[in-house]
Amino acid sequence: MENLVQEAIQNVNLQAIMPSLVLSAFGMVLLMITVFSKRGKTTHVAWLSIAALVVTGFVSLAGWNNPQAGFAGSVILDNFATFFSLICIAAAILTILMSDDYLKREEFPVGEYYPLILFTTAGAMWMASGTDLMTIFLGLEVLSVSLYVLAGYFRDQTRSNEAGLKYFFLGAFSTGFLLYGVALLYGVTGTTKVQGIADYVLAHPDSVTNTMFVAGGLLMLVGFLFKVAAAPFHMWTPDVYQGAPTPITAFMSAGPKAAAFAAFIRVTIIGLDGIQSELTSLFWILAVLTMTVGNFIALSQKDLKRMLAYSSISHAGYALVGMVAWNEVGLSAIMYYMLVYTFMNMGAFAVLVLIGKKGEDNLTLDGVAGLGYKKPILGVALCVFLFSLMGLPPTAGFTGKFYIFAGAIKSGYIWLAVLGMLNSAVSLFYYLRVMVQMYFKDPEEDFAWVSINVPTAISIAISIVGVLYLGIVPGTLMNLAKMAGF
Amino acid sequence: MADYLLSTMIFFPLLGMFVLLVIPRDNDGLLKGFTLAVSLVTFAISLPLAFDNVFTTSGGMHYREFYEWINIGKFFQMNYNLGVDGISLWLVMLTTFIMPITVLSTWNAVEKNTKGFMAMLLLLETGMLGAFVSLDLFLFYIFWELMLIPMYFLIGIWGGKNRIYAAVKFFIYTAVGSLLMLVAIIFVYYYAVQSGAPMNGFGIEEFYKLDLPYNAQFWLFLAFGFSFAIKVPMFPLHTWLPDAHTEAPTAGSVILAAVLLKMGTYGYVRFAMPLFPEALPTFIPFLALLCVIGIIYGSLVAMMQEDVKKLVAYSSVAHLGFVMLGVFAMNLQGLAGGMIQMINHGISTGALFLIVGFIYERRHTRLITEFGGLATKMPIFATIFMIITFSSVGLPGTNGFVGEFLALMGAFESGLRWYAVFATTGVILAAVYMLWMYQRVMFGKVTNPANENLKDLSLREIVIMLPLLLFVFWIGVYPNTFFDKMNPAMEQALEQMGHKVAVVEMQKPAEGGAHGHGAAPATNHGHN
Repeated sequence: MENLVQEAIQNVNLQAIMPSLVLSAFGMVLLMITVFSKRGKTTHVAWLSIAALVVTGFVSLAGWNNPQAGFAGSVILDNFATFFSLICIAAAILTILMSDDYLKREEFPVGEYYPLILFTTAGAMWMASGTDLMTIFLGLEVLSVSLYVLAGYFRDQTRSNEAGLKYFFLGAFSTGFLLYGVALLYGVTGTTKVQGIADYVLAHPDSVTNTMFVAGGLLMLVGFLFKVAAAPFHMWTPDVYQGAPTPITAFMSAGPKAAAFAAFIRVTIIGLDGIQSELTSLFWILAVLTMTVGNFIALSQKDLKRMLAYSSISHAGYALVGMVAWNEVGLSAIMYYMLVYTFMNMGAFAVLVLIGKKGEDNLTLDGVAGLGYKKPILGVALCVFLFSLMGLPPTAGFTGKFYIFAGAIKSGYIWLAVLGMLNSAVSLFYYLRVMVQMYFKDPEEDFAWVSINVPTAISIAISIVGVLYLGIVPGTLMNLAKMAGF
Repeated sequence: MADYLLSTMIFFPLLGMFVLLVIPRDNDGLLKGFTLAVSLVTFAISLPLAFDNVFTTSGGMHYREFYEWINIGKFFQMNYNLGVDGISLWLVMLTTFIMPITVLSTWNAVEKNTKGFMAMLLLLETGMLGAFVSLDLFLFYIFWELMLIPMYFLIGIWGGKNRIYAAVKFFIYTAVGSLLMLVAIIFVYYYAVQSGAPMNGFGIEEFYKLDLPYNAQFWLFLAFGFSFAIKVPMFPLHTWLPDAHTEAPTAGSVILAAVLLKMGTYGYVRFAMPLFPEALPTFIPFLALLCVIGIIYGSLVAMMQEDVKKLVAYSSVAHLGFVMLGVFAMNLQGLAGGMIQMINHGISTGALFLIVGFIYERRHTRLITEFGGLATKMPIFATIFMIITFSSVGLPGTNGFVGEFLALMGAFESGLRWYAVFATTGVILAAVYMLWMYQRVMFGKVTNPANENLKDLSLREIVIMLPLLLFVFWIGVYPNTFFDKMNPAMEQALEQMGHKVAVVEMQKPAEGGAHGHGAAPATNHGHN
């Protein structure tokens, strides 16, 4: 008996969950602090949250090149998890930087906002390090529940309410799918461990003809595809992205999405490696569908947040191209792309945060007419991010796309790469349209309400440095992404 | 210095751009003067290239610079790999030469947001120079795309009435082509990795030695060729050009005509043709046909234009048709004609756009019918315009003659004989549309009272035109200055393109054919 307990304790290995542990602890402490803070005073909570995230970042570095498995193999803090954790942490820090003045402008400075972001990040890191479907599910739930609240955070705004409710209902549905899939898989394989499933599939090459296995696998994939907003499970994205507070939209499109990709990759590439050929043909279709749906619908959007929502769908499609490649180049490319996407997309949203009026009804194409003349620095910044989203050198978007499509071409998916590139060409239209408004149209407004506050400016500056650094000297981080692959 | 000459030359304008950004935006004169100084210094930096005799003896790459840039182990590797040979030499020189002229031309033309305009010009120069000297396909692609952004803004912000349409069209056309080229670039790379051939990142010299199967070469040439054909532009992908040219500000049109279009032709000579030689016999008859259509169609459309600028724009389509026809002839005369015609087109069409700019600044219209009889009011202008018109038409003694003559002769002596016959009608058509336009604008009596008080060219405007006139006659009278440095590199390129193309070799006539023509550079090197 004593041996068993000791073995269990040895198996625990708190090192493996230390980052999310630390972050959750900070989150709870901060919740207490907000209780005792004066209503409306949130700035100190914001800075404390950033400190918490930085500390967590260092904690998670402990797992780099020093994999820590724990809890009888249901979590592991390896390079892969660390890389994704750091992406989520970066996304959270950028979000918090752009949030404080935003909350004041929207007249809803309630401090619980920041701990909720910390919990989301903790859940995201949990997902990235889960090697058991149950731990992944736990992480997903922590992440999702916090996000539901954040999406509907402005409780007196109809749009925000709609976002929260829609996200909650559809999210709950998809989680149900995921859980049901996991249950079926457990029924077939007798385990929820990713490695266990991999062993089962390897031992039973005929699993693809096993109806229960196929149903379980597909249901589980639906859950993941919903979270990464891949077509045809993308329907929630535009409404939620449009209605949620802008910093939260930025966050959702980067951090949680990266985490969802992390779990998705781990489960499919390791767990379902035995049925690679079936899955790649499925992903091929999904990737093309997601890119095309995202880009073509974005063409007709007038609302900038909504346009970026569809653009985010199409970028998930590019990342799926890396899944189709199913080689180490493609996998590292997804990681690298998520990092790139974090900087370029959050940067673009940070600019939107600054130029929005209360209620953000002015964040439309016409609303940014002449922005480049009235606010030249913001204009240049938004241009850099848009060029990066287009995938033009010398920005990070180009190196990221190059990495992804290199993976696909290496595996011989040339037509997929061609379709992806043609999709990029379509995306030029709607990104260019923003620039046309900013520079080629005469200003209708004076943008006098735009006051550039320091934290948001810092987040824009970090994003620009990130976009240009990853675009011009991408070697270091590409190598790190390579080391983080399996 | 020589070790870093190319890098210095490429990045000096970029450095200048960053300095420019801290100059106060309302100090118009300083902004323009500074940009002029930067472009002049860049020209000075590039000058040693033009006087270096190493190009006359060796066709390989010189002034090499090589640094490892991105190295992701077995995933991929890119290098900062620069070099210049006889083919890129004069295009580099043309770029650095035309830039100060362009900046000078903006003196009175650009008043809105001068700072942005000058910054875009300098960024554009970095992109163009980088693209001409990159020997790594990945690096080339970066510079190639980098040119898009400033040109887009030049047209879109400082352009004419229809500028947004023109800017977006320019951007989308060019970007679509290059995206497909990117897929082809990555494919070549992984093919080389798989075949175990010696590689140097995306270095083209190693890619030249690849033994790609015909089927792959077919598709790859299609991808590269499509991208470059848009940029040239070849019929029927030319439709963005008249729009872009017409709407762009004078400086933008000059650079677009003088340098940016050469990116496409240079791309064929440097990348598409030598990389995929086995695909050439399949494509060349088709491409040459497009050239001929471009020449005749461009000329006919130019003839019917009422807007001088549009006329010049369509004449570009025709001129570039001659360039490409010469290149596709794949013999020394043709290639030499094509290469020198690239420079000629840069000089004479650049000059024509400047001339259109001069009269537009005075009258704010470019309609031919608005003018007439200007020769009596502006004698200096009339003289310069006349010389440039002759150069554009290809009158003997001017640069245009040398280029067109050699290009056509090359085509005639290769398998493209009948194409050359039809293309030659383009020379006549060029005389028709250019001289007719000149006659309507310059000769006769002044009928429009608005033209009564036109001022002749100012000193600044004359200074702009003089260097261009110098080269019109220099190339026209003694082109060997240029051919001497191009020939070794061209021979090497032809060997690379032709070493598997027996058909074209067989159809190349006896060397004696070339001896009959004194001006032909082939006589100098034909026996080598």
